[in-house]
Amino acid sequence: MRPYDAIVIGGGHNGLVCAAYLARAGRRVLVLERRERVGGAAISDQLFPGFTFTVYSYVVSLLRPEIIRDLELPRHGLHVLPLESTLTPLANGDHLAQWSDHDQNRRALARHSPRDAEAYDEFGRTLHQMARAVKPLLGTVPPDPASLAPGDLASLARLARHFRGIGRGVFHALHKLLTMSAADYLDEWFESEALKGTKSASGIIGMLLGPCSPGTAYVLLHHYMGELDGVFRAWGFAKGGNGSVSAAIASAARARGAEIRTGAPVARVLVKNGRTTGVALESGEEIRAARVVSSADPRRTFLELVGEAHLPGELVEAVRRFRFRGASAKVNLALDALPEFTCLPGRGAHLRGAISISPSVEYLERAYDQAKYGEFSRRPYMDIVIPSMIDPSMAPPGKHVMSIFAQYAPYHLNGGWTDARREALGDAVIDTLAEYAPNLKSIILHRQVVTPADIERDVGLSEGSIFQGELSLQQLFSVRPAPGWSKYRTPVEGLYMCGSGTHPGGGVMGAPGRLAALTVLGERP
Amino acid sequence: MLRTTPFHARTAALCASHAWRRWAGYVVASSYELSHSREYHAIRSAAALLDVSPLCKYLVAGRDAACLLDRMVPRDVSRAGIGQVLYTPWCDAAGKVLDDGTIARLDDNVFRVTSAEPSLRWLEANAAGLDVSIEDTSEATAALALQGPSARDILEQACGADLAGLKYFRLTPARIAGHPVTISRTGYTGDLGYEIWLDAADALPVWDALVAAGTPHGITPAGMLALDVARIEAGLMLLDVDYVSARKALVASQTSSPYELDLGWTVNLGKDTFVGRDALAAEAARGPAWRFVGIAVDWDSFERLFAEAGLAPRVPLAAWRTSVPLYAGGGQVGYATSGVWSPLLKQYIALAHVQSRWAAPGTTLEIEVTVEHRRRRAAARVVKKPFFDPERKRA
Ligand SMILES: Cc1cc2nc3c(=O)[nH]c(=O)nc-3n(C[C@H](O)[C@H](O)[C@H](O)COP(=O)(O)OP(=O)(O)OC[C@H]3O[C@@H](n4cnc5c(N)ncnc54)[C@H](O)[C@@H]3O)c2cc1C
Repeated sequence: MRPYDAIVIGGGHNGLVCAAYLARAGRRVLVLERRERVGGAAISDQLFPGFTFTVYSYVVSLLRPEIIRDLELPRHGLHVLPLESTLTPLANGDHLAQWSDHDQNRRALARHSPRDAEAYDEFGRTLHQMARAVKPLLGTVPPDPASLAPGDLASLARLARHFRGIGRGVFHALHKLLTMSAADYLDEWFESEALKGTKSASGIIGMLLGPCSPGTAYVLLHHYMGELDGVFRAWGFAKGGNGSVSAAIASAARARGAEIRTGAPVARVLVKNGRTTGVALESGEEIRAARVVSSADPRRTFLELVGEAHLPGELVEAVRRFRFRGASAKVNLALDALPEFTCLPGRGAHLRGAISISPSVEYLERAYDQAKYGEFSRRPYMDIVIPSMIDPSMAPPGKHVMSIFAQYAPYHLNGGWTDARREALGDAVIDTLAEYAPNLKSIILHRQVVTPADIERDVGLSEGSIFQGELSLQQLFSVRPAPGWSKYRTPVEGLYMCGSGTHPGGGVMGAPGRLAALTVLGERP
Repeated sequence: MLRTTPFHARTAALCASHAWRRWAGYVVASSYELSHSREYHAIRSAAALLDVSPLCKYLVAGRDAACLLDRMVPRDVSRAGIGQVLYTPWCDAAGKVLDDGTIARLDDNVFRVTSAEPSLRWLEANAAGLDVSIEDTSEATAALALQGPSARDILEQACGADLAGLKYFRLTPARIAGHPVTISRTGYTGDLGYEIWLDAADALPVWDALVAAGTPHGITPAGMLALDVARIEAGLMLLDVDYVSARKALVASQTSSPYELDLGWTVNLGKDTFVGRDALAAEAARGPAWRFVGIAVDWDSFERLFAEAGLAPRVPLAAWRTSVPLYAGGGQVGYATSGVWSPLLKQYIALAHVQSRWAAPGTTLEIEVTVEHRRRRAAARVVKKPFFDPERKRA
């Protein structure tokens, strides 16, 4: 049997994407996944008979179109269904709704502020232009600005040319976006509190930062990037939940010859004379390969699997300082019937979109205040979808599942996470939501609460950081995961990184997996 | 005046978009919602309910019914079993296609024929001297299509019968809400799906029963825009859009033979005789000059054209129905007649007529694309039809 050309540690979606690209290039690849299933933070599970939960991540917004094409994911079962609205229920019984249809959206916004309704289009156009300006970065291996190597210089020159081409106005707008808080940035555009609250929420996803913290404006853009490829409908709900995204990528990888082993935790990356020679499993089994690609986050990869002894002190320091600080929780519900929102009763189209508990920037900032001092938010921000309304096969006919993403639930909770604290968090989420949908408590058949501590233990994400490390500016692009090591390589010859902890970061995006594979193959993306 | 279908009381109430389209003298919804997007996705992920009543329908009965149809169409009708449905084109004496539709054998000597254009005269013209009766049931018979992966579950519940045994292109009598219907496992979407044929007088209660049974499964009334996307993905052609009926063609070059429409599989030259047989036999020997193929537009090339204009790529989210030139080897070698961005396959696809030497799957062509008012060309490839062919369609 031919030895493996490469071993991929971790069968999260990035590990699978990486393996698929390596296999596509004719390499013999083995994926080793610790858990009994692939997918990492992108899995679907029948935790309650007949009800499929999309346990952690729940929407697809950034999955790269080139990956969808190259791996022919639709032929392997990927079907992204559109999510076409966002409903923000308000405490006074009113609501703000955003719709994908232009006219409908305008009317809905004008009810709150005719000015906002007009500014909305211009805001959209500006973000579109900025996303266009930044988008090439998503498909590029970040050059090292401190390096004089020809490859880095050529790549910097290409980027410089690109940025010269985008025009002054966009460049200045981009500068603002990179330095401001989401709240300040949105204040320049809108006046309606509910609209600003809801828009600013995408600036805080996965971060232990509030909408008034500088740097959060950029995250707005990060999440807007998916909209650019609007035709790819990357923004939506994957039929079957996010587990089916992972399943499609796994199927594409297998079809190209990759082997995938689950229940195979890696204990150590084998290193000899500064080179990797393969991996050792927790079972003691050793598997040889000249190249090893780790999709685990930087802390796990460097400090646990490789070990400080094989690494330069500077890198060890940088990895120790790399900020994780998980702040997000999930509450997944099996429901006997649909929730009735006081602000918009009945079974309308609003139940097929996102429902956002973000009545104002102040509400979000207050939720953050508690987290800043080590408590979970008593009245959290929530992003809710009812997957069974979009894909009825997620629950038995007439029944429903609800996915609630909630913030803030800090990993470093005062006194630590216990079963009791987990359920208390679940209660806070349900109590808050029940203020807007009073029948909620009476229709819950089953409830699963997932804290950052659970995410760390079950998915392996350090501190439960949903993006394998914060998407704050000091941790992005050329310095993700550490200065000098942004190009998927490590100080250990033959060892590469391919998880969300590398450029361009987290989300069900696949870009790190693809770029890492191209680096291993020595190809220019 | 345009006519409305027997379901109009229901469809009009649902039609929030106020977007209607003409079909064979009737009005039907283009889309019910403001955009057809969700209606399309329902076809591929749950179930869509479509009003297809405007189809022309004929009941052909009598001792010589099979003989009449065998004379008219190139497929072998007498060999069809009771409960079988045949899709078939039919031709004029020159072997050029007049229309296409289905023939359902309801009983030994009873058939239902559907067609896109009125076909009574053509049926009667071919019936000379035969013992058959031909009845135009277009108005008296209402028809619905229930298409999508959940179609079977919904229909089983609505008619209280097990449909697992009903194979692709077979039909069965059933009852819905107490009313007699015929259910055929056919459709125009290339997905798991059924068509339901019923007495126009029973239209509303049957619609209501299907909606009630389907609601927990996500049943979604869908209009013609959604259907148009699905039928292109399924590689199914449409009269007056993808081909011109020989009855209407003004010059011979506008007509197409079954071979030229990729329907050679329907032509049974082993039959003694049928209209157009000799011409088709000669063409089969010679090889057709044209082929009807699937085209996939190359994304990178398409994206580049827009990037050169400083724009993000713009794809057609609703199907277009115009003639778009295709080029190869320095000249025009064909034309696409329907195209759309497939939301499922994430591919810009089209149906096209190309000269035979450019028709092999994998052949590289160029397709005209208008970018910012300028005619440009994007690379495209000939691919196998159907573009989308899920196992559940036949399973
Ligand atoms: C609660 C939550 C909600 C989210 N919501 C969204 C969302 O809606 N949309 C979105 O785009 N993104 C969302 N995200 C982010 C997104 O899910 C992640 O960024 C992404 O899935 C990470 O993928 P990955 O492949 O880089 O890493 P992971 O998914 O973490 O995969 C790493 C894999 O490596 C395995 N592994 C680790 N150590 C070892 C070892 N020693 N040996 C073998 N295997 C090992 C792990 O078991 C895991 O399977 C969410 C994340 C969470 C946690």
